[in-house]
Amino acid sequence: MSALDAAKEIDETALAPIVGGGGRGRLIARRFTRNRLGLFGLIVIVLLFLAAYLGPYLTHWQLTDIDFDNFQTGPSSAHWFGTTQTGQDMFVLTMRGAQKSLVIGLIGGPLTTAIAALVGSVAGYAGGWLDRALVWFIDVMLVMPSFLLLAILSPTFKGKTWLLFVVLLAAFAWMITARIVRSLTLSLKSREFVLAAKYMGVSAPRIILRHILPNMASLLIIDATISVAVTILGESGLSYFGFGIQPPDVSLGTLIGNGQDAVNTYPWLFMFPAGILILIILAVNFVGDGLRDALDPNAAGAKAKAKRKQRQTDEESLPGDTTVVEIAQ
Amino acid sequence: MTQVYQEPSLGPSGSGDAVLDVRDLSVLFPSEAGTVEAVRGVSYRLRRGEVLGIVGESGSGKSVSAMAVLGLLPDTAKVEGSIRLDGRELLGLHDDEMSKIRGKQMAMVFQDPLSALTPVYAIGTQIVEALQIHTEISKQAARARAIELLDMVGIPDPKRRVDAFPHEFSGGMRQRAMIAMAIANDPQVIIADEPTTALDVTIQAQILDVLKVAKEATGAAIVMITHDLGVVAGFADRVMVMYAGKPVETGTVDELYYTPRMPYTIGLLGSIPRVDEGVKHALVPIEGNPPSLVDLPPGCPFRARCPVAVPVCASVEPDLESATGEDHPSACHRRGELAAGTLTAAEVFPVPELPEPASARVPREQRPSVLELDDVHRHFPLTVGTVFKRRVGTVRAVDGISFDIRSGETLGLVGESGCGKTTTLLEILSLADPSQGSIAVFGKRTGGLRGSERKALRKDIQVVFQDPMAALDPRLPVFDILAEPLRAHRWAKEKIGPRVNELLRLVGLEVGHASRFASEFSGGQRQRIGIARALALDPKVVVLDEPVSALDVSIQAGVINLLDELKARLDLSYLFVAHDLSVVRHVADRIAVMYLGRIVEIGESASVFRRPSHPYTQALLSAIPVPDPHKERERRRILLDGDLPSPTNVPSGCRFRNRCPKFKTLSEGDQRRCVDEDPALTAQGPDHEAACHYASVLEVV
Repeated sequence: MSALDAAKEIDETALAPIVGGGGRGRLIARRFTRNRLGLFGLIVIVLLFLAAYLGPYLTHWQLTDIDFDNFQTGPSSAHWFGTTQTGQDMFVLTMRGAQKSLVIGLIGGPLTTAIAALVGSVAGYAGGWLDRALVWFIDVMLVMPSFLLLAILSPTFKGKTWLLFVVLLAAFAWMITARIVRSLTLSLKSREFVLAAKYMGVSAPRIILRHILPNMASLLIIDATISVAVTILGESGLSYFGFGIQPPDVSLGTLIGNGQDAVNTYPWLFMFPAGILILIILAVNFVGDGLRDALDPNAAGAKAKAKRKQRQTDEESLPGDTTVVEIAQ
Repeated sequence: MTQVYQEPSLGPSGSGDAVLDVRDLSVLFPSEAGTVEAVRGVSYRLRRGEVLGIVGESGSGKSVSAMAVLGLLPDTAKVEGSIRLDGRELLGLHDDEMSKIRGKQMAMVFQDPLSALTPVYAIGTQIVEALQIHTEISKQAARARAIELLDMVGIPDPKRRVDAFPHEFSGGMRQRAMIAMAIANDPQVIIADEPTTALDVTIQAQILDVLKVAKEATGAAIVMITHDLGVVAGFADRVMVMYAGKPVETGTVDELYYTPRMPYTIGLLGSIPRVDEGVKHALVPIEGNPPSLVDLPPGCPFRARCPVAVPVCASVEPDLESATGEDHPSACHRRGELAAGTLTAAEVFPVPELPEPASARVPREQRPSVLELDDVHRHFPLTVGTVFKRRVGTVRAVDGISFDIRSGETLGLVGESGCGKTTTLLEILSLADPSQGSIAVFGKRTGGLRGSERKALRKDIQVVFQDPMAALDPRLPVFDILAEPLRAHRWAKEKIGPRVNELLRLVGLEVGHASRFASEFSGGQRQRIGIARALALDPKVVVLDEPVSALDVSIQAGVINLLDELKARLDLSYLFVAHDLSVVRHVADRIAVMYLGRIVEIGESASVFRRPSHPYTQALLSAIPVPDPHKERERRRILLDGDLPSPTNVPSGCRFRNRCPKFKTLSEGDQRRCVDEDPALTAQGPDHEAACHYASVLEVV
């Protein structure tokens, strides 16, 4: 009896329900939900969004309202987060700021990484003149004084949607990651699974999307989570100098900027926006870690549980498929 | 009759002249999954000048036991038992003490000579260092000794080479230098851990020769660790087979090879492809994988893979005992039957039958050609300078090769590393225009293809890579890996699922495995996934790039049989690229031997093996070890000088002449012809050509 027949025989007895949907998307979702911390982070982000957008309706104060009875008073039942020097309600301000910062961070961070991944991987994979042109472009962007440029450009965008501002922020922050992505692509490009895909007739964009980028997912995710924080802070830096989000609108950055002189005297002016900012960044990092583990088949967290499950199924199926523990030779 | 195994008396002086005496050695590693019992009770005794071969698959504990002897294991490892060198207990010695012994009384030769040598110091400096650490010797004297040692291990021009750096040496020369370092202080024991695994077969023959010289020069005992039963057959005095951290059979080479008493040894011997066998037959695979060394279940660890297991095997682990009282113990409950001959090897592992492909019945000339290479060249320019590139030379990776593959046929493309076989393969797979010459797939020239035509053609020609781990995207579950070629060629979504399941079944995997990642499979299973992916689009030609060389022998046999069977069933044609002629012997119908970018001999497999006509083919064939001690001792190796020349610097005339053993025997006038004239392929028989001016048949296997 041949090996094939033997295997076939076993197979027919153990013919499991068809796993048509064993695709990557679903698998990653399943692995992500196994990660408690990641799930927790996701919930926190959702709650923050809800609070930022629905929170202001819980109190009767409006963004532009000024309470002439309360100038710079601490948290109370009337003003949950206290008031500012001009008698504005800090809770409403913080929530409004959180709205802006959440959107800026969560769009700007991933956008930065996306540009970096796109430029870096295309340069690395394509090679030749395209590679040289893109690397030159990256280098030029690197030496540009981005802060100055943003300052010069910002009057042009005045009155236009502030979302454009997010794009600008991302446009000046992707270069270093792009160089890293490019060098990783160069090494991945010669790996056999990429060659295999190429010889199967898979197109270059698909190879980049399905093989090159997922294999540097750890880097990209960490970079994206860091970029979220960097974008939020970058926006505050610019807003502090008067570019970006302008009064009466606020962002967490402008609030922190305004409140930082009063850390010791009127701590609520600083603490609440800063606390929200830390919460956002922490939650994003948790989600990032969870995603990274879900994407990485060798990640300890996702695997430890997978192993246990696998052992159970193995006992029922054929004995030939336990993972071999290989001793370092 | 079963007796508890006693070490045989070792001559008149008893155990006194044992240089190395290892008793009940066990090694435990703590790990996250639990304690790994890497070595579970290894005992052996070595006399001066004796060679012990330790054979086993990866993870069998053979290297770990050697490391334990040398005291090179990490501190976390728990080592128990006793290791005596010349009567002195080594276990429990402080690392400082061990350092005095290592390199002086005991020396080691590692598998990978590149990583075992420090890249920033000259070879000579490293040998001088090895000498000066252990003996009071002046620098000049040490240098003189280093040159002497390099000369002894056969490094040409040692006076100049002594100042060369490791990267300037080829793999074979580095391994020679390692051996020179190992014997520098006249050790009593040399431990060689897979010393030839990373090397080409002709170089392997040279290195084994050097090890023999080293043994004679120093009188050292050698522990030779290998996975290849062929390598130790002609070299070792005694062989120990290890499985799951335990020796399962030991004996003299002859006893072990001719009357194995343990099903695992029988299986191993049956699973090795051999060059010396006349008729092509299926190999004997050992199904399954070695057990995990964490939480080993009670009973015989080989039970799950053993075809002759009996109920007692599940509860009691057999000890290493002798059945008849002679010095040939094995760890099997049925050793008595095996010794008495009531249970024969053929009953333990019956040889599976191979189906005959339908097209094989049609004569070759009448079958259509599926892949045709005509005078294909691939040259790479060698340039210097970054801004102004100057061309300083040409790498002639592929330098004019022609062959064709007919439908239902396997062509084995064989050669040493660096001969251009991989370049040839990439040239075919890229489906682009070669530097010169033409490639045709199903009669369609690949040169002028448009993008869409090329993509359509890719459906018919697919590839299986050497390293199954590198060839499968670690981030994709198996389902997506197998679905990828289908999606790339726009299969309907509802057809992809069933096709993936069909493919998994075709290569003998479970449908339920589709949602797992490649890293959760063993090497053999991964290669099956690679094969399934190559078959996804129903190709006509599959290019196999060393598909089994990264696998253990017992697994290798299963994959080779699978390939044979798929070929017959699906009427495939293979281009099988390999460096291992014995594997090719089992798979190929025709063979092409490559040397330095050219085919030097091509023809029908049986004819090339039985009547090799080119001196290079003869040398290649003679260098392959055969797992048969008698034959191995009688065989005469044709040792080639030096290494493959660089393809930037191809010799004039016949490119093999500076290594050719025949060239040396020719008269000066005849030699002229080899120097001036590039030999073309000439017929040596029906479907058998060789490129040698003085081709003559020489039987070597």
